[in-house]
Amino acid sequence: MLSVILKRLLLAVPTLIGVVVVTFLLTRALPGDPAAYFAGPAATKQAIEQVRAQLGLDKPLPVQFVRYVNDLAHGDLGNSLTTGQPVLAELRSRLPASAELTLLGLILSMSIAIPLGILAATKPGSIVDHVCRIVTTAGVSLPVFFTGLILVYVFYYLLGWAPAPLGRLDVFFSAPRTVTGFYLIDSLLAGKFDLFRAALAQLVLPALTLAIFSLAPIARMTRASMLSVLASDFVRTARASGLTRYTVVITYAFRNAMLPVITTLGMVFSFLLGANVLVEKVFAWPGIGSYAVEALIASDFAPVQGFVLTMAVMYVILNLIIDLLYGVVDPRVRIDA
Amino acid sequence: MVAVALLDIKDLTVEFHTRRGIVKAVQHVNISIGKGETLGIVGESGSGKSVTSYAVMRILDRAGSIAEGSVTFSGIDLRAAPEEQVRTMRGREMSMIFQSPRLALNPIRKVGHQIEDVLKQHAQADSAQLTNKAIEMLDHVKIARSRERYHAYPFELSGGMCQRVVIALALACRPQLLIADAPTTGLDVTTQKAVMDLVTELTRERGLSTILITHDLGLAATYCDNIVVMEKGRVIESATSTKIFKKPSHAYTRKLMQATPRPGSTLRGLLPEGEAPPVPQKIQMVPREQKPLLEVTKLVKEFPRKGLQASLSRLLGPKPAPQPENFRAVDGISFKINRGESVGLVGESGCGKSTTSMMVMRLIDKSEGAIMFDGEDIGDIAPREFAHTPFRRRIQMVFQDPTDSLNPRYTAARAIADPLLRMGGIKGAAAIRGRCEELAQQVGLPTDLLDRFPHQLSGGQKARVGIARSIALKPDLIVLDEPTAALDVSVQAVVLNLLQDLKDSLGMSYLFVSHDLNVVRLLCDRVIVMKTGQIVEQGPTEQVLFEPQAQYTRDLLAAIPHPPA
Amino acid sequence: MMTAVRKLTSGKRAVTATAAAAVAKAASAEAKQPSGLAATINHARYVIAENPVTGFAFALFALIVLCALIGPLLVPHDPLASETTAALKPPSWHHWFGTDQIGRDVFSRVIVATRLDFVIAVSSVALVFLMGGLAGVAAGFFGGWTDRIVGRLADTIMAFPLFVLAMGIVAALGNTVQNIVIATAIVNFPLYARIARSEANVRREAGFVQAARLSGNGEFRILLGQILPNIMPIMIVQMSLTMGYAILNAAGLSFIGLGVRPPTAEWGIMVAEGAAFMVSGEWWIAFFPGLALMVAVFCFNLLGDGLRDIFDPQRRT
Repeated sequence: MLSVILKRLLLAVPTLIGVVVVTFLLTRALPGDPAAYFAGPAATKQAIEQVRAQLGLDKPLPVQFVRYVNDLAHGDLGNSLTTGQPVLAELRSRLPASAELTLLGLILSMSIAIPLGILAATKPGSIVDHVCRIVTTAGVSLPVFFTGLILVYVFYYLLGWAPAPLGRLDVFFSAPRTVTGFYLIDSLLAGKFDLFRAALAQLVLPALTLAIFSLAPIARMTRASMLSVLASDFVRTARASGLTRYTVVITYAFRNAMLPVITTLGMVFSFLLGANVLVEKVFAWPGIGSYAVEALIASDFAPVQGFVLTMAVMYVILNLIIDLLYGVVDPRVRIDA
Repeated sequence: MVAVALLDIKDLTVEFHTRRGIVKAVQHVNISIGKGETLGIVGESGSGKSVTSYAVMRILDRAGSIAEGSVTFSGIDLRAAPEEQVRTMRGREMSMIFQSPRLALNPIRKVGHQIEDVLKQHAQADSAQLTNKAIEMLDHVKIARSRERYHAYPFELSGGMCQRVVIALALACRPQLLIADAPTTGLDVTTQKAVMDLVTELTRERGLSTILITHDLGLAATYCDNIVVMEKGRVIESATSTKIFKKPSHAYTRKLMQATPRPGSTLRGLLPEGEAPPVPQKIQMVPREQKPLLEVTKLVKEFPRKGLQASLSRLLGPKPAPQPENFRAVDGISFKINRGESVGLVGESGCGKSTTSMMVMRLIDKSEGAIMFDGEDIGDIAPREFAHTPFRRRIQMVFQDPTDSLNPRYTAARAIADPLLRMGGIKGAAAIRGRCEELAQQVGLPTDLLDRFPHQLSGGQKARVGIARSIALKPDLIVLDEPTAALDVSVQAVVLNLLQDLKDSLGMSYLFVSHDLNVVRLLCDRVIVMKTGQIVEQGPTEQVLFEPQAQYTRDLLAAIPHPPA
Repeated sequence: MMTAVRKLTSGKRAVTATAAAAVAKAASAEAKQPSGLAATINHARYVIAENPVTGFAFALFALIVLCALIGPLLVPHDPLASETTAALKPPSWHHWFGTDQIGRDVFSRVIVATRLDFVIAVSSVALVFLMGGLAGVAAGFFGGWTDRIVGRLADTIMAFPLFVLAMGIVAALGNTVQNIVIATAIVNFPLYARIARSEANVRREAGFVQAARLSGNGEFRILLGQILPNIMPIMIVQMSLTMGYAILNAAGLSFIGLGVRPPTAEWGIMVAEGAAFMVSGEWWIAFFPGLALMVAVFCFNLLGDGLRDIFDPQRRT
């Protein structure tokens, strides 16, 4: 198993190199002059040039790139221009907020989409099938920021069920002691149930927004892949052997149908990471997405590049997990790997 | 017939709801089978033979339903019985084995567990014995090292082995009726024989009733007591095997029987009486030249074993893999084809016969050896370049699958015109159209079908389009890659005759690649038998087929079903 | 990994295919069939009749195109004219969709914005089809180095969360409509390249391609004459589906302040501008542009599904 992981990681290396190069080029192309920014508004031209030399920005691009890679290798993502803080520390403190939100959204959507897809596939042309089709098409058509706003309007403004969409916790609560960084888990670990409730209340709407957004591709893929598996020869064999409908659908069809669904999950996760940026903006969520947006608007390149790199690394890790999961489900892949 | 039938199908009609309205796949069918009897249901594709069996098992898909009639299984009305009752009967009272065995097994579940699922379902063993019972079943179907194979996944087993597992599944709960739906389609003859012998042995032993569904009348007659012949959803004849073979009463049965190539049949004899076209004028061959048209010497094709994986494991693995880097699909074969001669290349799947034909066609590179065509070495011309050499028009091919070999977006005329446009030297739309019509007439394709797309043509018609395309440039050599394997026997009979007539009238040479010795015998002057990349025997057809020298040839011949004469 | 999936899903379709299709084929062989375009139109009519939603989608699509073409001529108010006295008015007879914070007519702005969003979607999809589609076809057909380069490029793009990459590209290249189009095309590149690649790859050794080689066609001619026409339907379906994604992507970029700038009428910006008023109850400012966005994307998705049904050879008899 270890060698499989190693091989997979090795295959991800060229991709990561590509990511680093692209990130470097993108951030250097950002408008604005960091040297002028650091030197301050009153600085003379000479002072700006001095700062530029300090930052190494007067060197040709390849030299800058080597320096940049060197910094990366030492875990140095630079400092933010606007806050002055090291980017790495800021990302580290904000990442759990995004991760908690994204994961909850994904779990929520999987727990709705997969059963829905299965039901639709086992009864094609039925009401469930039509509902599945409408829900998924509508879900994928909703702009994620728009869903968020509608949810806020309905559940906060009209019904008053949800708290104000302002961050991870109501101002009256203070955050639990950091263990995992996930408020839901940390509050339970600390035994503070009211805190748990408060964190959950804040989390429900944004997570639901993400779930609605990611419902469609998962349900669609589940349905399509279940349909094709249910029509396959081995399912017919299972039926002809008198296995119960449950065994046929779950043990035989579903496990096979999961393979393409797992692949889709990787893509959905990528979508979610992107959608996160928008959702965090709508709900004033202090995650890495909103951090990156603020930095982008300010042409603050260190946080942007840190953010993009973090996202890419997370995505590579996720794909690794998916590949391994795939191997667990499908023996054919295991032999190949 | 036996007084009390185990299975009694009366007046069965099965309908399918399609977009063209209701289609009756099976109409007023009466079939009855007694305890311990074996019954063959024979018919060509679309005859409704499989649908009948699905109706019996009540596993028709959503669009299909039993519209009329009754199915009674040992006194139980299967049509009226609730689904739950029928479900418990499946696998325990009646079970089924299918064609394409590899697809019939769950690809990601160990075969042992799949057998256990069935045992558990029908409470045939308590959980402590499950594993032992499953292994015992694998022993029954003669799978060696059963304890080890219990943990195998279907993709790790050969096709024949998978079919044994499917049989084990079907017989695990000791049913009374076994329905075998074309269980040997896609298997090699020797495997086919082994599988059929196994089924016979196990069903006799257990006193099972068996229904064998097949398109192969010879196979049915060899293994069954009684035979039912179906055509277009109806039963047209039903009698004992010997009677059907001696005196078929229905015209369709006679046609089917004739069309099935057997030792002793002739090409013209495959066609129904009165339908045989006149023998064409055989063109006078120019006095035979000394040099052969095609001469292949010590031809080798090696394929690398999985590229990336090998290099990766070299990089990471503790030791390089001990197995050889390359796999030899074709291992130093030599043969000749003379002008006007037709040579059969025979062997079971994986013997390298298709690889050989692809190399001769210059569609893939050779690894070693020489390919001389009309005295010139064409083996060193890269496949990509070969299309631009004058040799291309002289070597053509007819493909195995007529559907796959036609571009779905081209009409028949466009497909036939393709070689003419590139290399025909004919200019002008009218001239090309004229030549297409001429070719269509030559292969017996009605010219009004020329403007149809492949999906609007029948299998036989598509095969004709493919043949017309291959002769469009008047080639010297045509490679026929199992040209009739995807066709029904009656269509096969017509196509084989057509090929023979074309060869005689145009004076071409054939390299006929096939797994079917009976077909090869009809069309070929000489036969080459291949096994694992090497030639085991070659010689004149009569000599190879009637006085085989190699043991392997003898095995192949023995495996062909021998119906009671 | 992918091949395993493909094998699995494309495996022989069992009962339906063997039994029913054989029956249907037998039936259809008897019926005389029209060919070519007529058959496609017939089939399209059948699909629409079977699923009226597809017909609805076509109608909606026509409406969107109409709005994009002559929308600015139809609207009752100037989309940019502010009327501070009439700010933040709810929907009424005079202002169907209400007015925004500086008194502009939301209805007029929503209609006028159609053109910009539609143009962004169409041009980015056309661009990505040219880049990704052709690169993918070439990669799948030629294999070797072409395949490796295209594959590596797609992998690198895929390693970014797509929206994040689009953000980065627009931020780096500058806030213009043109750059939104480019960014949207780039992030869709892997999708197109992969689909085209796998479709070309399965056909690379198909019988009819081999037959074309035997007919003396060069590789390039085979690619253009045999492979490409067979992949087009799949690509058209994909284009319809990604049109929706392109619109969402563009609107999302505007929403976070990248891309189109105010006061231009664009659905994403309008939602962004209205977002702050959602919590105080002035829902219409964000709601109507959001709704327009949703309807447009919904339409493209339905259209994609409908086209898939029309082009699917397995559903044709």
